[in-house]
Amino acid sequence: MRLSTIGYCLQQGFKNIWRNKLFSLASMATMAACIFMFGIFFCVVQNFQHLVKEVEEGVAITVFFEEGTEEDMMIQVAKDLQTRTEVREIVFVDADETWKSYQKIYFKDAPELAEGFANDNPLANHAHLEIYMKDVSLQQDLVDYILSIDQVKKVNRSDTVAEMLTGFNRLVSYVSVLIIALLLAVSVFLISNTVAIGISVRKEEIAIMRLIGAKNSFIKAPFLTEGITIGVIGAAIPLLVLYYLYNRIILYMALEFNMLSSVLNFLPVNELFHILMPIGMALGVGIGLFGSVFTVQRHLKV
Amino acid sequence: MIVLENIVKSYPNGVGAINGISLHIERGEFVFIVGDSGSGKSTLIKLLLKELEPTEGVLRVNGMNLSRMKKQNIPKYRRKIGCVFQDFRLLKDRNVYENVAFAQRVIVTPTREIKKNVPAMLSLVGLAEKYKCYPRQLSGGEQQRVALARALVNSPDILLADEPTGNLDPKISREIMKLLEEINARGTTVLVVTHDQDIVNTLKKRVIRMQKGLIVGDERESGYIG
Repeated sequence: MRLSTIGYCLQQGFKNIWRNKLFSLASMATMAACIFMFGIFFCVVQNFQHLVKEVEEGVAITVFFEEGTEEDMMIQVAKDLQTRTEVREIVFVDADETWKSYQKIYFKDAPELAEGFANDNPLANHAHLEIYMKDVSLQQDLVDYILSIDQVKKVNRSDTVAEMLTGFNRLVSYVSVLIIALLLAVSVFLISNTVAIGISVRKEEIAIMRLIGAKNSFIKAPFLTEGITIGVIGAAIPLLVLYYLYNRIILYMALEFNMLSSVLNFLPVNELFHILMPIGMALGVGIGLFGSVFTVQRHLKV
Repeated sequence: MIVLENIVKSYPNGVGAINGISLHIERGEFVFIVGDSGSGKSTLIKLLLKELEPTEGVLRVNGMNLSRMKKQNIPKYRRKIGCVFQDFRLLKDRNVYENVAFAQRVIVTPTREIKKNVPAMLSLVGLAEKYKCYPRQLSGGEQQRVALARALVNSPDILLADEPTGNLDPKISREIMKLLEEINARGTTVLVVTHDQDIVNTLKKRVIRMQKGLIVGDERESGYIG
């Protein structure tokens, strides 16, 4: 296709939008509403997953060793475990550190009581490893593996937290897929309706094009332009609004609910929109293109 | 140029629009096709435009067998056929220039060529000064001239005119027919479907008479025989 023909087809696509102003506006508005809802949902899901990830990263497995196991051996086990993909970080806590942290918890009101153990660490055999995971759902596999190591005596872990987090994550994934699918279907239906109206308005023109000898691509191109343009505008507006709103909300939360900052740790706006912007725009273009291709094929039969 | 061999066209409801006709039209001929409503004239035009497929028979245009033509080749074939209709079929939201240029854009003509060809064609049909007007600002005769310019701008081998003077008064009709004669004189084969007895009688061209889907008369330099 020549550049001038591409230009002409683009121009006709924009003219189509102008000719069916009301329907085009309605389509853009509904598309914008869908992408806006998608965006809100995306922000909530991403922030929730961010929160869950932080909680997951705080859940540790504690590994205790058989009496008499040398520290070098424990460190060697830690090194071996560190090579596993599900492991994020391993902290080796020796017997002295274990006793110190024990004192901090249990003798903080009466430190003099612990003085009797000054030269005799009662937790001498309690040097251990604290293992932090990348994905808490893989905890069971890791625990099974650790228990198979000869020197390991006992593994402490939190099944309830792991199961709850895994289950919650799965639920959020299912719900998000369902809602996104519904939003996409609604948007495709709306774009498809607008393009169908465009086709019925231009039926005569299309008939003339056919008689003159226009190729299918020439007839279809303006409708595809129309669909994509509606998609791009319908996606860009809500994304910009969301960007502004999200920024305001996290700023407001940081100022007004300062005491919750350790619990409510929002994703930074740039980090979030680095993903949401391309996804939102791709969705807009994709829905617009799919909606118009689908309708053109069905109604034109050229 | 145009060869029809035992062409039959029946619609799915069983009605036969064309019931077995054979016909030869040479390159550069001017032919009137006359007949009552329902005689099969418009179906013949649709078959030639490949808007319809014959039920039986062979239809050749420029040596090409239309029944065997692949779907993707239809646009290319239609570019060699110009057509005008009783209702002009102009694009109402575009001016005269754009209506004619549209035919060139469809076949992907470079813009500089369009800028040269369209004014030339508008001069030929006598509308050079009205290139900015919209169809609603033109008389019926002028609209038909625009339709003719659009049909001819791609230099077709054949011009099909389906009742081109059906909506025009006698004076304007004669002007349009004069234009068609000029176009024919330049070498384009012209087929005119008409009811207009005066025009057929005045021009003295080949007349093919159809009745109930059959050719009942084919005479050279004839007049209209009702």
